[in-house]
Amino acid sequence: MKRFAALFTKLDQTTKTSVKVAAMAEYFRDAPEPDRLWCAALLSGRRPRRVITTTKLREWAAERAGIPLWLFEECYPVVGDLSETIALVLPPNTREDDASLSETITALRKLDKADEETRKAAILDAWDRFGPTERFVFNKLLTGGWRMGVSQKLMTRALSQATGIEEAELTHRLMGSWTPDSVTWESLIAAPDPGADLSRPYPFYLAYQLEDAPEDLGETSDWLAERKWDGIRGQLILRGGEHHLWSRGEELITDRFPELARAKDFLPDGTVIDGEVLAYTDGAPLPFARLQPRIGRKTVPKKLQAEAPVILMAYDLLEWQGEDIRDRPLSDRRGLLAEAVGALPPDAAIRLSPRVEADTWDGLAHARAISRDVGAEGLMLKRLAAPYLAGRKKGDWWKWKVDPLTIDAVMIYAQSGSGRRATLYTDFTFAVWKGNDLVPFTKAYSGLTDAEFREITAWVRKNTLERFGPVRAVRPEHVFEIAFEGIQQSPRHKSGVSLRFPRMARWRKDKPVSEANTLQDLQEMLNQYG
Amino acid sequence: MVLTFTDSGIYCPAADAHIDPWRPVPRALVTHGHADHARPGMGAYLATEAAAPVLRHRLGDIALDTVSYGQTITMGGAQISYHPAGHVPGSAQIRVEVDGEVWVVSGDYKTVADGLSTPFEPVACHAFVTESTFGLPIYTWPDQAALAAEINGWWAATAAEGRTCVLGCYSLGKAQRVMAMLDPSIGPILTHGAIEGTNAVLRAQGLPLPDTVQVTPATAIADYPGAMVIAPPSALNSTWMRRFGAVSTGIASGWMRLRGVRRRRAADRGFVISDHADWDGLNDAVKATGAERIFVTHGYRQQFAHWLTEQGYDAGIVTTDYGGESLDEPTEETAP
Ligand SMILES: [Zn+2]
Ligand SMILES: [Zn+2]
Repeated sequence: MKRFAALFTKLDQTTKTSVKVAAMAEYFRDAPEPDRLWCAALLSGRRPRRVITTTKLREWAAERAGIPLWLFEECYPVVGDLSETIALVLPPNTREDDASLSETITALRKLDKADEETRKAAILDAWDRFGPTERFVFNKLLTGGWRMGVSQKLMTRALSQATGIEEAELTHRLMGSWTPDSVTWESLIAAPDPGADLSRPYPFYLAYQLEDAPEDLGETSDWLAERKWDGIRGQLILRGGEHHLWSRGEELITDRFPELARAKDFLPDGTVIDGEVLAYTDGAPLPFARLQPRIGRKTVPKKLQAEAPVILMAYDLLEWQGEDIRDRPLSDRRGLLAEAVGALPPDAAIRLSPRVEADTWDGLAHARAISRDVGAEGLMLKRLAAPYLAGRKKGDWWKWKVDPLTIDAVMIYAQSGSGRRATLYTDFTFAVWKGNDLVPFTKAYSGLTDAEFREITAWVRKNTLERFGPVRAVRPEHVFEIAFEGIQQSPRHKSGVSLRFPRMARWRKDKPVSEANTLQDLQEMLNQYG
Repeated sequence: MVLTFTDSGIYCPAADAHIDPWRPVPRALVTHGHADHARPGMGAYLATEAAAPVLRHRLGDIALDTVSYGQTITMGGAQISYHPAGHVPGSAQIRVEVDGEVWVVSGDYKTVADGLSTPFEPVACHAFVTESTFGLPIYTWPDQAALAAEINGWWAATAAEGRTCVLGCYSLGKAQRVMAMLDPSIGPILTHGAIEGTNAVLRAQGLPLPDTVQVTPATAIADYPGAMVIAPPSALNSTWMRRFGAVSTGIASGWMRLRGVRRRRAADRGFVISDHADWDGLNDAVKATGAERIFVTHGYRQQFAHWLTEQGYDAGIVTTDYGGESLDEPTEETAP
């Protein structure tokens, strides 16, 4: 744990990417192999199972610190992080420990079967053996692990530096359903057997938002334009007589969408398609809200499946006849894709995402403008000569979204953020007018600059009307422009609507609260776009 | 009541004087020279001899009388004396006795010796007015020797990389305490003007500070390889920093105990060093006074008073206008 805690300290003490990568690379070179594997697992979001509830951890920590539980609970919002709060209130350790990261995790997992007394004794013992940073890291493992402020991309870069294996290749090796129990350092990173994991997906290629004028991209004929569909991005894998569906978040979602099981009746083994899972009937996509109830469920009741049947709208072909074709130009891949899925019967539940035809950027701009009417979020622009890359890369793929919807709303509640933002008010509730009342309709917690968050925090402190636990009701005095991507009906909300991706686009200091929008305005938006 | 709590400050009717008032009053008993305790505009001031030079430096030509630690003076029906608070050089707790009843106002204090300030001495009393800047059990301080090793280690490593260290410290007290912890064999120590002003005052009083060089527009950093620059925290985010080229930045403050605060300040390093008592220090101090009544002021008042009540004290909270340990120095101190 000492080495891993030292790595954490190094990562935490610098904001420089190069220093972070060097620190991780050193760890991947020098730590014992099981520790390296666990480190890669943690930094790619693979969490150890939680064996002890946070309620128990709070109780035991308070008891060990000799303070009442209420005082511990007072400390928690000040610190903003449970693992850190525990590490800070505990008395100094009296012993030392040389157990490695993987040994520590193994010991922890054994507690899964133990009774409460044994668990408590083991945790108190560990707290007494770890110095402050190790303790914090240990608590993070206890509460489910975390990424230590490092993206998977950065971790992969460090792994590449340590092993000499190319980054894109490593990104691919790190995908899929592995855990430190199912693989070894050797089989996952150093010398993988390509056939070992038939379900392993390719890294998704992700686009950047187009900020400049599309004319800067050159000739329209060099680009493929298609709709940016509003569903969930998915990768369909047909290998070894099985099918697997992965989400962009690397979650296996095969069982949630049984419609795609028939794909293997129509497509050959050794096919991998990148596409969008959409709720779809009568030749048209349904709003995202219709797909949503299916996302959270591991299995689908018949009724739900009938109400919101899904298809995969196919964007790209990554593997064909067992061959990885990501290096070939998009024009080739699209050609093969069109041949493979262009003429499938409807019960195959796979459709080719149609090309949006236009000879000029102006023509495409018109097509983009009607996106919401056809149930899309905008256009995707993809360079026909480009390979399929891994991760978010600039240059060849762009999303050209329609402008967000906006509404001017009044801030009525504020809540402090967590972790790094615990000392700032960052989570706000906004309301619109209904007659003389303000009706809350959305929360938003991003979009302001740090300076603006500091300014609003100072204001909130002075203008609190009432407190409800961590939430403060504030004087309705400030108007914010709330931008969002979609609106849908929601009986769970007082306002009757819920928004997709709401954020604070601007602080409208120029607007008095009386000029904020009304519930009527929201309802009109719902009628038009919901 | 020996003392009452008014909207101008803590008031002693028997002496007709205010302790650390924040509004202009005829007579002010001042615990120490920090801007939130010693404010301009009072008719007359009374402070310790050791606090006087800083008060004159900060407040200019004021009507100031001084006392030494432990000396008792009679003011109306009250006996007043000042006792070491260990917060910064010259800082005091103020003891007020009226008809045999003793109240003590702590001002700001810390219970561990810092090597520069006269160490804190508990004063027996019936009622104790205590600060609570760090009155939660998450705030406990590492010992000074470990901190010195940590700061010097950072300095040596940064100097070896050919970069300059810039360490943000509150300019009265913290900065000098940190300077006294530095190992001058590592490199030269440079100071921001706001800090050098206070240094000069304290050196004239005979406090042992290492040699320092004030940074001026003419200073060329190339002449001071491997330097440690001591500056107010606010200077770390200003254009003043440009002259130093490649730097590693640090902040010395009790708030650096929290990772969230360290990260939000975006300094490379945070050193947990405070001139206020930590959780254990506050509890020890309260206990050592033998007082039954405790008034808790600036800081985590509610929580600390609740805790003390559970420990059997008659504890309440008092609203004052003191700032606690600020990360962002009041502007008057950063002015040249
Ligand atoms: Zn002070
Ligand atoms: Zn103070």
